[in-house]
Amino acid sequence: MDTQILDHTTAFDVERVRADFPILSRTVHDRKGKPGKPLVYLDSAASAQKPRQVIDAMTRFLEEDYSNIHRGVHFLSQTATDQFEAVRVKVAKFLNAPSERNIVFTRSATEAVNLVASSYGRTFLNEGDEIIVSVMEHHANIVPWQLLQMEKGIRIKVVPVDDFGVLDLDAYADLLSDRTKLVAMTHCSNVLGTVTPAKIIAKLAHERGIPVLFDGSQAAVHGVVDVQDIDADFYIMTGHKLYGPTGTGVLYGKYDLLKKMPPYQGGGDMIESVSFEGTTFKAPPARFEAGTPAITEVIGLGVALDYMETLGREAIAAHEHDLLQYATQQLSQIDGLRIYGTAPGKGPIISFTLEGVHPHDLGTIVDQYGVAVRVGRHCAEPLMERFGVGATARASFALYNTRAEADALVSSVIAVKEFFGA
Amino acid sequence: MMDELRELYQEVILDHGKNPRNFRHPDDANREAKGENPMCGDRFMVYLKLHGGVIEDVAFQGRGCAISTASASMMTEVVKGKSETEAKALFETFHDLCTKDEHEHCDHGPVDEEAMEKLMVLSGVRQFPVRVKCATLAWHALNAAIEGEDKASSESE
Repeated sequence: MDTQILDHTTAFDVERVRADFPILSRTVHDRKGKPGKPLVYLDSAASAQKPRQVIDAMTRFLEEDYSNIHRGVHFLSQTATDQFEAVRVKVAKFLNAPSERNIVFTRSATEAVNLVASSYGRTFLNEGDEIIVSVMEHHANIVPWQLLQMEKGIRIKVVPVDDFGVLDLDAYADLLSDRTKLVAMTHCSNVLGTVTPAKIIAKLAHERGIPVLFDGSQAAVHGVVDVQDIDADFYIMTGHKLYGPTGTGVLYGKYDLLKKMPPYQGGGDMIESVSFEGTTFKAPPARFEAGTPAITEVIGLGVALDYMETLGREAIAAHEHDLLQYATQQLSQIDGLRIYGTAPGKGPIISFTLEGVHPHDLGTIVDQYGVAVRVGRHCAEPLMERFGVGATARASFALYNTRAEADALVSSVIAVKEFFGA
Repeated sequence: MMDELRELYQEVILDHGKNPRNFRHPDDANREAKGENPMCGDRFMVYLKLHGGVIEDVAFQGRGCAISTASASMMTEVVKGKSETEAKALFETFHDLCTKDEHEHCDHGPVDEEAMEKLMVLSGVRQFPVRVKCATLAWHALNAAIEGEDKASSESE
């Protein structure tokens, strides 16, 4: 038997993975020194927990190597700069970008969308021009375009989804026109889990010379993203959902696009020379990184990406898919439970309602069983309207979740049902 | 753990949540205000018939969780027939009940003790800080309607 191969193909060792996440061993609702319920964290789509490797790397960096970057000739400045820039290379590899020059660090995915809206949008879009989004966008991929709409008088066109949550590609193709100047679309819905056919979306847009931006905040977590294969013009992701720290967002951009975009914010680190007669700006990506970035956090993000690569992104996706299938099957057996979003190939996100029980009440009660789910509108109000619900509960699965946790969710939802006699 | 849940979701609350009273839009309402909790999507319209400073009729419509629906329902029962001043004093006193320990409760003027006794069932939210907004949402809308404003947000909580 070839054990070498076995090591790669045996089932994902989730218990070993869990041991890497200190927070997962805690209990919640402890009372008077008595431990409460073990934490069942099913809210990773909002923000993922961090492995010890990330936490330790940040502490180590702060204790041993911390300094500001891209300035100063001293030893630490160089050390910190090298480590920071090494993460840019890692991110480029993670997305299969042609070069680290394509990678701009932002403070969040939201900031990355705002950067494109502000820099690209203000420069290249004019009154009457159209942007196409989908009905399942996160508010972060709606509101920046609405701000642009207010300023420039552009129009926002919305691609619908069917009752399963599948993007209506025909409607998309029909919306594309000579007026379309940008497509800004989610790559994976944070509510429905729907993965959009990014390659086809890009191809159809490119036939008309229209650039495409993908919000990969969820997609980059649950699968392998290849920006060159998709042929994305802009691709956005966020570090804190990738098991990294908050304060780290990523904008990938094709270099010829980045090159013709003006700065987004002005400040230090993004200029070549400053004088009161005129200031010249650095080339991308530095042009878009004004001010001291989240240095320690970016170092942490680099370790988080390493962590995912070590486990194997295909293996992670397979594990999460198993959890999705299992939890879907178990939840579906509960009478009165409705799942929103059943698109084939969806990500490990289950939005649901329970007949006769408001999601907010459901969230409070399952929380008493230690089960952390998100309830509400999930920053996707238009989608909630589309499905005619004020709110849903959402369980999202990550690389550290288990089938036993899916069982805990199911039994806590059954308890809710009994509680309300629903 | 379950004791606190029972405390929060008392039978009276579950009943009002399922069968809200005064869940209607009165034709002769002369004031209305929307109450909205952007976090959970709860949304109520509170309708008033104010005459000579007295709430002659009060009703509501909308969608919300058991806590916010029950609270809205019970609110309509207790403020009907009250003066604006009495209704506001009830709101402030109820707000204290939901957010403060007993010794921190303030005097907001004379209130109908019977009404307060009825509202006591909602005091369980005190143990669930994120749910306070649910219990007070309709009251904020009522307050806005009395003030002649058209909306209130739970974010003012």
